[in-house]
Amino acid sequence: MSQPLSFQRMILKLHDYWSERGCLILQPYDMEMGAGTFHTATTLRALGPEPWNAAFVQPCRRPTDGRYGENPNRLQHYYQYQVILKPSPPDLQELYLGSLAAIGIDFTKHDIRFVEDDWESPTLGAWGLGWEVWCDGMEVTQFTYFQQMGGFDCKPVAGELTYGLERLAMYIQDKDSVYDLAFNDAGVSYGDVFLENEKQMSKWNFEIADTDALFDLFRKHVAECENSLEAKLPIPAYEQAIKASHVFNLLQARGVISVAERQAYMGRVRDLAKGSCQAWIESNTPAWQAKYPGWTA
Amino acid sequence: MTDFLLELRSEEIPARMQDKAREDLARLFAAELTKAGLTAPELVTYATPRRLVLIARDLPGETAAVSEETKGPKASAPPQALEGFLRKTGLTREQLVERDGVLFAVIDKPGRATADVLAQAIPAIVRAFPWPKSMRWGSASTTTESMKWVRPLQGIVALLGEQIVPVEIAGVTSGAATVGHRFHHPGVITIGSAADYVEKLRACHVIVDHAERRQIIALGATMAARKAGLELIQDEGLLNENAGLTEWPVPLLGRFDEAFLDVPPEVIQLTARVNQKYFVCRDADGKLANAFVCTANIDAADGGAKIVEGNRKVLAARLSDAKFFYDTDLKVDLEEQAKKLGAIVFHEKLGTLADKVDRVARLARWLVEEGIVLPAPLPGREGPGVGPETQDRSSKDQPTPNPSLPGRGVLAALAERAARLAKADLVTGMVGEFPELQGLMGGYYAAAQGEDPAVAAAIRDHYKPVGQGDDVPTDPVTVAVALADKLDTLRGFFLIEELPTGSKDPFALRRAALGVIRLIVANGLRGELGQWLNKAADLHLETYLRSSGQAIPDAPMYLEVSDETKRLMADGEMLIDFPVAASAPCYAGLRAAGLHPAPPIDFFADRLKVQQREAGVRHDLIDAVFALGGEDDLVRLLARVAALQAFVGTPDGANLLAGYKRAANILKKEGVALAAPLPEREGLGVGLETQDASTKDQPTQHQLNQPPAGSDRPGDDRPVAPSLSGRGEGIPLSYTPEKAETDLIAALDSAAPRAASAVEAEDFEGAMAALATLRAPIDAFFEGVTVNDPEPAKRTARLALLARVRAAVHSVADFSKIEG
Repeated sequence: MSQPLSFQRMILKLHDYWSERGCLILQPYDMEMGAGTFHTATTLRALGPEPWNAAFVQPCRRPTDGRYGENPNRLQHYYQYQVILKPSPPDLQELYLGSLAAIGIDFTKHDIRFVEDDWESPTLGAWGLGWEVWCDGMEVTQFTYFQQMGGFDCKPVAGELTYGLERLAMYIQDKDSVYDLAFNDAGVSYGDVFLENEKQMSKWNFEIADTDALFDLFRKHVAECENSLEAKLPIPAYEQAIKASHVFNLLQARGVISVAERQAYMGRVRDLAKGSCQAWIESNTPAWQAKYPGWTA
Repeated sequence: MTDFLLELRSEEIPARMQDKAREDLARLFAAELTKAGLTAPELVTYATPRRLVLIARDLPGETAAVSEETKGPKASAPPQALEGFLRKTGLTREQLVERDGVLFAVIDKPGRATADVLAQAIPAIVRAFPWPKSMRWGSASTTTESMKWVRPLQGIVALLGEQIVPVEIAGVTSGAATVGHRFHHPGVITIGSAADYVEKLRACHVIVDHAERRQIIALGATMAARKAGLELIQDEGLLNENAGLTEWPVPLLGRFDEAFLDVPPEVIQLTARVNQKYFVCRDADGKLANAFVCTANIDAADGGAKIVEGNRKVLAARLSDAKFFYDTDLKVDLEEQAKKLGAIVFHEKLGTLADKVDRVARLARWLVEEGIVLPAPLPGREGPGVGPETQDRSSKDQPTPNPSLPGRGVLAALAERAARLAKADLVTGMVGEFPELQGLMGGYYAAAQGEDPAVAAAIRDHYKPVGQGDDVPTDPVTVAVALADKLDTLRGFFLIEELPTGSKDPFALRRAALGVIRLIVANGLRGELGQWLNKAADLHLETYLRSSGQAIPDAPMYLEVSDETKRLMADGEMLIDFPVAASAPCYAGLRAAGLHPAPPIDFFADRLKVQQREAGVRHDLIDAVFALGGEDDLVRLLARVAALQAFVGTPDGANLLAGYKRAANILKKEGVALAAPLPEREGLGVGLETQDASTKDQPTQHQLNQPPAGSDRPGDDRPVAPSLSGRGEGIPLSYTPEKAETDLIAALDSAAPRAASAVEAEDFEGAMAALATLRAPIDAFFEGVTVNDPEPAKRTARLALLARVRAAVHSVADFSKIEG
């Protein structure tokens, strides 16, 4: 058997694979976010009638998942590979399986399964039906047909694939710890690149971050989002909503938001995201309707 | 006769939906056939993750021709009527048939080809299919009107015999082609007919029959475990789920690191089952073994070695997370953990979880100190069997509340201790990760920190009984905590009027009420439920006052009658039909606090009826006992209902019921209101003195509304029975009574006090036996005596006699509620 793909080669393979199948290869969004779905290439582009096919890597930050670099599977910063295809093509499952084959998964020896897992993002006011894809019992991809985004029906429906890159790499390289992954083929490990980052960021997320400043930031991002919405600028408004969402996640990691308050904060972020989606739809509807007569939000 | 095959192929259908989908497919298909006048003698359905299949055997080639006859006007009818009929039927006069002077339109409908019927039926079935969740997809989904299915629909095979039934749904056209197993046989296969479908797919690594896949998994998993010297822990739910996740199931056994066995077995089993859908095994000693059985969907080229290794790693990662939580949790005392509950809101109007814990702890202690939960567990009983064995446990045999009784103080302390720690595991890492382990983990942590075993058990089991089939706790410490927890929740949400509506019960109050009922019944807990709820309300009020910064009075609030309460009672503003209301509560205090004062007794009555119906108890009999009012000792109530159910099943009971209903009907017709056994109440006996009464006015409405003598409030020591005794004698009547009349009087004189004192002694069978003696005299009375005698004195006296019959019967139950 040939040498398994390094982390970076796996990403390059996926880029090649989806590029050959008509996807734009985008770069990560330059802001902290909890999941690739927050990228405007997914959230905002899932709305409206225009076809949209894109693939990109998105770094994700989940402060509460930090383990100071001591847990082999949990990280506060990791990578997702996102593919969004709108409208969802009829052979999406086959396309997806083709991508697994491209990164070296042998279907005669491995057990691939589509296990029901409906996706819902309370912060984005979004939901969809789909599966978590299992490879020998490990969830390697979230596979979703978006039905709603920002509280609006997706017309048409987009298919979204979210690959957990570290998990897939651990699988392909047969490693028990994320830090042992070969990042390249020249001896640099994932740990060489990120272990110190995990240690320092975990400490900051859990122990150091100034909560007064964070509360203040949350309020400011909320205000700025509203300000942008008033100016009918959905993209800046949405960016502020993402920022508010990340600050909320940091506050959660600091343990200063009670269970009761949690709902209220999430509701606040959801309102901002929904408001941004609504503004996005409103600003684009005339153009969409000109190109796609009969389309309505 | 031809067989029909329908395969609806889609992307993976969730396992949990497949059984219902098969049923729905058969039901909808049968309905469509019936609508077209066809019946299929046999329908077979199959489901796999990727297909939903129906085979209908022996369909006729076409539907039968039918001749429909419509009746028209008479032949002699005016022309307008005829014209109207011709217009309606589209026929001419000549085509009508005349019979006995009436015109008929006969319309022959030729048979339709079955293929046509099916071509219409299939799209109708697909469009109407009731998936629990369905979705839109693809380029058609630019509108929300586009086709919905559980996941994208990929193909339709529709073959009647060997012929394709042409159908097009959402861009998918029917044909004879399908696909085999996703990896073993991804290519197209062509089906010849229903006859070769199952076998052709089997040849392409698809077992279409769910039951067969189940069997393969059950057998394969059991054998795999046995080969490893272990015993598979059977799990029907997992079998079903794995059968729904595979088209070609291959059970494989793997091992995990023995070090994980330090983690409680329930945690391992839950992790394996819920997250990974693995079976687990036990060893020869019956202990959980370090093995799992996963079910692959493929015959792997390497015999499954890589699959097992991959699954082992996933399980190891999950178990190491669990072990991390367990080890971390063990380092913190539960008392320390419990302190964090103050930061968690139970409900914004009901305080924090720490407030709840405090209330539950005090209520649990109270339940023991009041002798409601007793140190020695009473023999467990539940369901309809309550009757016979309770009858000899009269109230006099009950241990009286006595805090000095040995064990009482110890039990109270244990119950309070358990309650104070019972919710602490909610803040542990393990329960944070696996919420369904609440209670169980607390039990482990309590045992590990050296708590009394009864305390650990109570922490573990205090949420019980949860589901229908769940065990009911019987250990007194657990019973006290479990009962207190549920009473507190129920009373709290009723105070703030967060009540279940329709199918919505967000705080699971119905389940809590059912839990209370089952705890009471199974443990024979005696006392007034209303009072327990009042105590719970008392504690809630304290939480409220404390959180709003008000002073808490020293005396119990709810059980004290304030001047304001007395005023409200006098003004009739307070519900006084509830038994303890008279002795108690600070309704005013609750009201002032903005809380809703009425205790949820009706809610319990409804739950009780539902629960008892399932146990085979007639709900009308429960109504009959509830209608007497004031009974909130559920053990006594059910004993009475059980005796009543046995009694109305006997000829004596059935006849007495008939006699009662006759008497009650006469009284109703004569306007003698239900609650009118006034003569008895006044001790004048039987109403036979009523020469006076008859000359007076009819009883006023006010008097009629007095509670019936038989209402027998618990704790009411108004001596009903003695006042009835020995009264038939020597009371002057203005006329010579007939024999049947004097016989009934004598029977009542004997039976009424016996029934009443039997009720008093909770000997409900005895009470029924006493009533049974009335049957013959009542029958004879109706046989030989005219109630509605022209002489007012006779009429009045006889009505009064019937009223006395009714009252005597009501001393046991309100027979007017009994059906039949």
